[in-house]
Amino acid sequence: MTALLAVTDLVKTFGSGDVATRVLRGLSLDLGNGEMVALLGASGSGKSTLLTILGTLMKPTSGHYEMLGQDLMVANDKELTDFRNSHIGFVFQFHNLLPDFTALENVLFPSAVRDGRETAAARARGRDLLVRMGLSSRIDFPTSHLSGGQKQRVAVARALMNSPELVLADEPTGNLDSASAMQVMELIAQINREEGTTFLISTHDDKIAGLCRRKLIVRDGVLTG
Amino acid sequence: MLYALKIASRYLTANKAQTVLLVTGVAVGVFIFIFMSALIGGLAEFILSRTVGDISHITIQAETEDPSLLINPDGAVLFIAEKGVTRTATLTDAAIWTPMIAQLQGVKAVSPQITGAGFLTRGAQVSQVSITGVQPGQESAIIKLDTYTKEGSERIAAGLIVMGRDLADDLALSLGQSVRVQSSNGVTTTLTLSGIYESGNGAIDGARAYVSLSTARTLFAIPQGVTQIEIKLNDLNAADDIAIRIRSLTGLDASPWTDGAAQLMEALNAQAQTGYFLKTFALITIVIGVASALMLSTYRRRPEIGIMRAMGAKQSFVIFVFVMQGAMIGLLGGLTGAGLGYVALLPFPPRDAFQVGTLPLDITQGSYGLAIILTLIGAILASILPARAAARVDPVTAIGQ
Repeated sequence: MTALLAVTDLVKTFGSGDVATRVLRGLSLDLGNGEMVALLGASGSGKSTLLTILGTLMKPTSGHYEMLGQDLMVANDKELTDFRNSHIGFVFQFHNLLPDFTALENVLFPSAVRDGRETAAARARGRDLLVRMGLSSRIDFPTSHLSGGQKQRVAVARALMNSPELVLADEPTGNLDSASAMQVMELIAQINREEGTTFLISTHDDKIAGLCRRKLIVRDGVLTG
Repeated sequence: MLYALKIASRYLTANKAQTVLLVTGVAVGVFIFIFMSALIGGLAEFILSRTVGDISHITIQAETEDPSLLINPDGAVLFIAEKGVTRTATLTDAAIWTPMIAQLQGVKAVSPQITGAGFLTRGAQVSQVSITGVQPGQESAIIKLDTYTKEGSERIAAGLIVMGRDLADDLALSLGQSVRVQSSNGVTTTLTLSGIYESGNGAIDGARAYVSLSTARTLFAIPQGVTQIEIKLNDLNAADDIAIRIRSLTGLDASPWTDGAAQLMEALNAQAQTGYFLKTFALITIVIGVASALMLSTYRRRPEIGIMRAMGAKQSFVIFVFVMQGAMIGLLGGLTGAGLGYVALLPFPPRDAFQVGTLPLDITQGSYGLAIILTLIGAILASILPARAAARVDPVTAIGQ
């Protein structure tokens, strides 16, 4: 398994002086291509902060972060945005879809901002992803007409649109009933198997974690397992 | 960027009521801008037509010759020929210049004239008048005598005189009656009243009379040439430029009407300045309205902006989305306001039919294109601040909301 990313001695401190809160305390992590990893830990342990940093949405206070051979600690905002668009997908606890757009338009967004328009090839891939997510009858539906589980499946399709090497999922089933949660997780597992996309999934749910081949536990800002 | 344009238009159509209100607000501002442009422009037109509509726009007068001097080599003046009191300066080559000036672009009419002072006497009644000799057929070239004539005809021929109502009343003259005319040169003749006009201008109606050019030659003893050439232009605002052109072409002393109208020009300038202020306030209102609406939109859409940024949208993309929204609101509001302004101005009489007591709104001076362009620019400028605020949204904070 080839290395996808490596973080070393990651530290993240919020605030300063007396009110400074150190959330990550020298965390180190390696992920390989095609892995499906569960990130476990209590609330406030630093899981979300770690995902946010790995997703290049936030810079760590110190440490080293390299992905696909690129040193992301020295990249500027524009470079990080381009990198994120091409190589990283996100699935949030709340679907976070654009409310005034259809399911397909939401899925196409990462590709359209990269290309400046919705290309025919992108539309074909977007449709294909939604079909794979079991949403063939909801492709052109406004997202407000979809159920919670359907919205989350649209969000998964969106995360996969630009064929990223890494998908970061922060409690992706936390807002779903158990049936919908398992349906979403099975889709994620299928994509992981078929396309070799690496998934790092933050969860409290042991059943969800059970679907992952590797488990990492964050405790007090460091990995313990 | 086509995609940013799509997002911007979707945002506007997603909340139709808010967009319609916003566009309506901009349209009202543009409507006020156009209304003020038409009113200020029309008012200036009306004032000018009422004050200088019946005067020559450019007047060429013969230059008075300096008295002859005889000076010896050491500079002492030996002889001075005093200026004759009855000698009138004339444009002896008027017959050459007149057709040439008439062909200049922007010139509507050219009227060579002989003017002078005189007295009209009928019985015991005597009135001092300004006598103007014009070529028959050109009576209405400068002042609209054909429009103003209420009795008889404005057509002048040898032996006939046309005068204003006030002057005729002072002399108790009726159409077809004779009046004795004595010029300042002492020449006396008897003329028949053939037309009475009412221009509404006291100076013209009460102290001026028109005779034929040949009659004026006799009265003022000018066998050749004329005393002045009056010129009417298609656009009286072009008087300064055309006067300069005539001076450079002919060497004659051509004076535009603006030379003697400093106070009027000041008043018109002050009026125009007032118009600029009002139009500027209308534009500022538009800018503030668009900026505040987009700022609210930015705040309301913070989570979506965060999602876009997380999905790889650059700050420039977010800026473009919001600037495009401003531009579309400006364009839609500008076009709507301009259209409404034009339609609202349609019922008003055109500039050449303005009447006392009605608003002189000139539909041709609505500045429609300018209003649309300025609104578009203003709306784009107004959207920059909200757009920059949107681009600076922290995706982590925004998504967590």
